[in-house]
Amino acid sequence: MIVAQDVAKRFGGETGVTAIEGISLSIAEGEFVSLLGPSGCGKSTFLRCLAGLETITGGSLTIEGKPVDGPPERLGMAFQRDALLDWYNVLDNVLLPADFHGERRSAYEPRAHELLKMAGLTSFAKAYPRALSGGMRQRVAMCRSLLLDPRLLLMDEPFGALDALTRDQLNVDLHRLWERQRMTVLFVTHSISEAVFLSSRIVVFSPRPGKVIEDIKVELPGERKLSVRDSAEFGHYTRHIRGLFESMGLLHD
Amino acid sequence: MTDARTAAWMTRLRRRSMPFIGAAIFIVLWELFCQLYHVRPVLLPPPSLILQELSLAPLWFAEQAMYTLGITLAGFVVAAVLGVLFAVLITEWAVLDRLLFPLFVALNSVPKVALAPLCIIWFGTGAEPKIAIAFLIAVFAVVIDTILGLRSVPPDTIDLARTLRGSRWKVLTRIKLYCALPHLFAGLKVAMSLALVGAIVGEFVSSQRGLGYVILSAQGMFDTPRVFAAITILAVMGVLLIEAVSIAERLALPWHHSTERPAGH
Repeated sequence: MIVAQDVAKRFGGETGVTAIEGISLSIAEGEFVSLLGPSGCGKSTFLRCLAGLETITGGSLTIEGKPVDGPPERLGMAFQRDALLDWYNVLDNVLLPADFHGERRSAYEPRAHELLKMAGLTSFAKAYPRALSGGMRQRVAMCRSLLLDPRLLLMDEPFGALDALTRDQLNVDLHRLWERQRMTVLFVTHSISEAVFLSSRIVVFSPRPGKVIEDIKVELPGERKLSVRDSAEFGHYTRHIRGLFESMGLLHD
Repeated sequence: MTDARTAAWMTRLRRRSMPFIGAAIFIVLWELFCQLYHVRPVLLPPPSLILQELSLAPLWFAEQAMYTLGITLAGFVVAAVLGVLFAVLITEWAVLDRLLFPLFVALNSVPKVALAPLCIIWFGTGAEPKIAIAFLIAVFAVVIDTILGLRSVPPDTIDLARTLRGSRWKVLTRIKLYCALPHLFAGLKVAMSLALVGAIVGEFVSSQRGLGYVILSAQGMFDTPRVFAAITILAVMGVLLIEAVSIAERLALPWHHSTERPAGH
C-alpha cells in the first residue's frame, strides 16, 4: 500500500537540518507498523510526509502507486495533543470530518454515536472538550479520526501526554479496534513496550538523521491482554530492541 | 451544604459590590474635599451639586445622552463589521496584506481628531460625520486584534484541518473565526470606549445635540456643574457599554467560561 524509496527530508535549504535520510520501506494493507526511535530522530517527520503535511526532498513516496502530494484520501490522523476544537462539543468534534468533506451531518450522526459508545463516552456527547480528562479527549480524537472509515490511520505519539494507566487502557482499546477493522496503521512512539504490544511490525529508527536500523516482525497472540507483557516472547522482543538502543549509545546502565 | 452555598453566595456578593464601594468612597472623599475647603463650584462642583443639576432637567440630559449613545453604537457597529471583514481579507490573501496593511497603518497614524473637520466638509452637520469619526477612531483596535486572533490557530489544529482536506471557507468559518473570538472581544472592548471618544470629538467639532455639545456649550457659560453632569453620564455610559460587550462575550463563548467538570475528576 505504501512504498518509500530512499526518502529524505531536509529542512531549510542546503545548510538546513536533515531530518531523515535513505528511508526505504514498504507497508502492506492491514499492517500495524510502529515507528520507534529516540525523540528527534525524524519518525514524526516521516509520518508527516506520508500525511502530505511535509514534502519530501529526496527519493520517492507513494501510496497505492500515487506519489504523495497533499493529504491522501480516506486518511485518519491522530496528534500528540488531541487537537480537539474547544468551541464544539464532543459530538460536533467527532462529526468534523464529515462537515469538512461536505457530507450531511445527519447521515453521520448514527456513526458518531456508535463510535462514542465504543469509546464509553455516550454521556459526554454534549460536553465541551475542556470538561474532559486527557484520556477522554484522546478517545474523542480517535473517534473523530475513525468517523469516515479511514483506510490509513497515522498516529503521531497520540498517547505521549497521558498517564501510564490511561495509556495502557488506550493501548488495549486501540489494538482491539485494529483487530476488528484491519485498517493500515502507522504509529509513532518512543515507548518500546507500547510498540511491541500494539504492532504487527516495528521499524526502529536511528538518531538524526533518521535511518531505518531494523525492521522487526512481531508475532504475539492475536487478542492481546495487558498480561501478554509478562510473557517470555514479549520480553524477548523488548530486550532485543533495548539492545539496539544500547548499541546506538542511547541507553546505558 | 447550605452553609457552603450561603458562603459562596456571600463571596460573590462581596466581589460584585466591590466596584460600587470603590466608587462610593471616591464620591464621598470628593464631596468632603469640596465642602471642607469651600472649593468654588465653578472650579470643582461637589457631587451633590452635580446630582442636583441632573435632577433639574433629567429628560433633557437623557435626550442628549441617547443621541451620543446612538452615535457611539453606530460607529462601533460599523467599525466591528468592517474591521472584521478587513482583517479576514488581509489574513486570507497575502497579497492584500502586503498591499493594504502598511497603508492602513499609515492612515491610522494620522490623528483622527485632525480629520474631524474634514468629515464635516464631506458629510455635512448631521449624525453621519460623527459616526464616521467614531468609526475611524475605533476600527484600528478591531482590525489589529482580529488579525492576531485569526493567526493564533495552534499548529496541530492547522495540520488537522489540512488532513481533513477542508475548503478554505470551512477552515475560516469552523476554525479560524472561533480562534479569533477571544481576541476579537478584547478588541471590541477597546473599540467601544474609543467609539464613545469619537462620538464626543464629533460633537465638539459641530453639533447642536449630544453630550459633547452639552459640555462645550456649558463650558462657554462657565456652567461647570453642567459640564460635570455630562461627564458623569459619559462615565456611567462607558462602564455600561464595556459591561455589555463583556456579557455578549460570555454568551458567545460558552466554552471559554464553562466550569462544568465530569464527576470523578
